[in-house]
Amino acid sequence: MYNGGKIILGLAIFVGLIAIPFIKGATGGTAQPNPSTDTPAIQKLAVKQCIEPTTYMKANHMEILHKWMDAVTSGATNTTFTSPTTGQAYPMALDTCFGCHSNKKQFCDRCHNYMAVKLPCFQCHQDPEAAGASGGADSNAAQ
Amino acid sequence: MRFLVPLVAVLVLVLLAIAGAGAHLQFLLGVVVPYAALAVFVLGMIAKVVGWGKVPVPFRIPTTCGQQKSLPWIKQNKIENPSGAGGTFIRMLLEVLVFRTLWRNLRTEMHGTPDNPQLVYKSTRWLWLGGMMFHWAFLIIVIRHLRFFFQRVPGFVQSIEHVDNGLKFLTTYPAVTNPGKLSAALHGFLQVGMPMLYVTDILFITAVTYLLLRRIFIPQVKYMTLANDSFPLFLILGIGISGVVMRYFHRVDVVGVKNLAMGLVSFHPVVPSSVGSIFYVHLLLVSTLLAYFPFSKLVHFGGVFLSPTRNLANNSREVRHINPWNYPVEVHTYEEYENDFRAKMKMAGIPVEKEED
Repeated sequence: MYNGGKIILGLAIFVGLIAIPFIKGATGGTAQPNPSTDTPAIQKLAVKQCIEPTTYMKANHMEILHKWMDAVTSGATNTTFTSPTTGQAYPMALDTCFGCHSNKKQFCDRCHNYMAVKLPCFQCHQDPEAAGASGGADSNAAQ
Repeated sequence: MRFLVPLVAVLVLVLLAIAGAGAHLQFLLGVVVPYAALAVFVLGMIAKVVGWGKVPVPFRIPTTCGQQKSLPWIKQNKIENPSGAGGTFIRMLLEVLVFRTLWRNLRTEMHGTPDNPQLVYKSTRWLWLGGMMFHWAFLIIVIRHLRFFFQRVPGFVQSIEHVDNGLKFLTTYPAVTNPGKLSAALHGFLQVGMPMLYVTDILFITAVTYLLLRRIFIPQVKYMTLANDSFPLFLILGIGISGVVMRYFHRVDVVGVKNLAMGLVSFHPVVPSSVGSIFYVHLLLVSTLLAYFPFSKLVHFGGVFLSPTRNLANNSREVRHINPWNYPVEVHTYEEYENDFRAKMKMAGIPVEKEED
C-alpha cells in the first residue's frame, strides 16, 4: 500500500467513530426508562386507561397537550376533551394529566431524560410534586 | 429507465418494510438487516479505501489554479498551488468542508447574435449551494440521531439540536408570546407545533429535491444521468420523507426506537412492541443506503480524501518523483562507447574526449 500510514490512520478514525456507540453501549449498560404509573390515583382506577390508548399516548401525547394549550390560550369556547377511548369528558388542562400522573420525576422525566427532550410544559406550569410547598399546582398557569 | 426503475426499486423497499412489519418480521427488519448493512458498510469502505491505497500515484497531478512556488520575489499561492503539507492540508480542508472545486463551477454559454457569437463563461453555483445544503444538513441530521445511540445523550448533540431548532420562534407558543398572524398561520399550516421544526429537515428535503429535479429537468444533466445517479437520490429522499413523516405527522414511540437502537449498540437486541411500521420503512431505507454505499458513487465520502488531484503538493520541480514500476533500462554511456572504439576513432581522425584509457 502507498501512503499506508496515512490511509490506515484515516480508516482507524472512520472505524473508531462508528465503534464509539458500540463500545459505550456494550460497557455502559442500557437501562430502559420504564416510566412509572404507580400513583395513588392510578391505583384507584378500576380500568387503568389513559384518555387515549397507551400506544397512541406514547407517540402523540405532546400533540394532544399542544392542541389543548392552543385551545385554552386562544380562548376557544369548548375546552373540554371527550375521550374516544374512555368516553369521558376531561377539561383541557395539565391538571387533568397531573390528576393521575402526579409523579413527574418517575413518569415524565424518565423518558424525557432518556431521549434528552426538554419538557416545555414547565416553563410556565409548575411541577405538581414541587407545588406542594408553594401552594397549589398550576399557580403560574392560572394567569 | 434512468428514473423509473430506481423509483420503483425504492417503492418496493418501502412496501417490503411495511409488509415485513405487518408480518411480524420486526427482528429481521430491526436487528438482522441493520447489523448486516452496517457490516457491509464498514468492511466495504475499508476494502475500497485499501484498494485505492494499493494504486501507485507516481507523479504529482494536482489541479492547480494559482502561482506555483518559484523565484523568491514571485508570490506563491500557497493554498491553490501548495508546495508543502500545510498548504495541501488547508486545500483539502476547504475541499471537504466547503467544496472548493465546485465553487469554481463554470457554465459555458453562447451569447450574442448568430453573426457575432460570443462564448461566455459564467460561474454557476446552484449545484454548489444544493450540495452544501444537502451534505451539511445530512451531517447535522446524522449527529442529531446520535441521541438514539447513547444512554446519556452527549452534550454536543443537544447543542446542535438546540441550534437546529432555530425556527422555534415561529412555532412555539404563538398564542401566548407571539400573536402574529404569520406565526399563527405557519403554526396551523405546518402542524409542527410540538416537536420543534428542525431547520435541517427543511434544508435537507429542499436540497435533495433540487438535486433530483435538476437531473430530471435540465436536459444536459438528464442526458448524463444513469440509474445509479438517481437511485441514491430517491433512496435518500425516501429516508428524509419517512423521517419527517415519522417526526411531525405519523408519530412513533421514540422511546421504543431508542430501546431498539440501544439494544443494537449493546449487542443485546430488543424488539419494541409499539413502534409503527413507518419506522421500519425508515430503517430499511437507511440499511439499504449503508449496504449500497461502498459500491456506489457515494464512496466519494472516502474517496475525496484520496483524490490525487487535490491531496498532492505540487512539488514536481523540487523533488524527483520516480515511477515505482520503472524497470531498469540498460544504458551504454558515451564514455563506455568511446572506451570501446577509441583506437578506431583515433585512426579515423574522430576527436575523442579522453586520449587514453
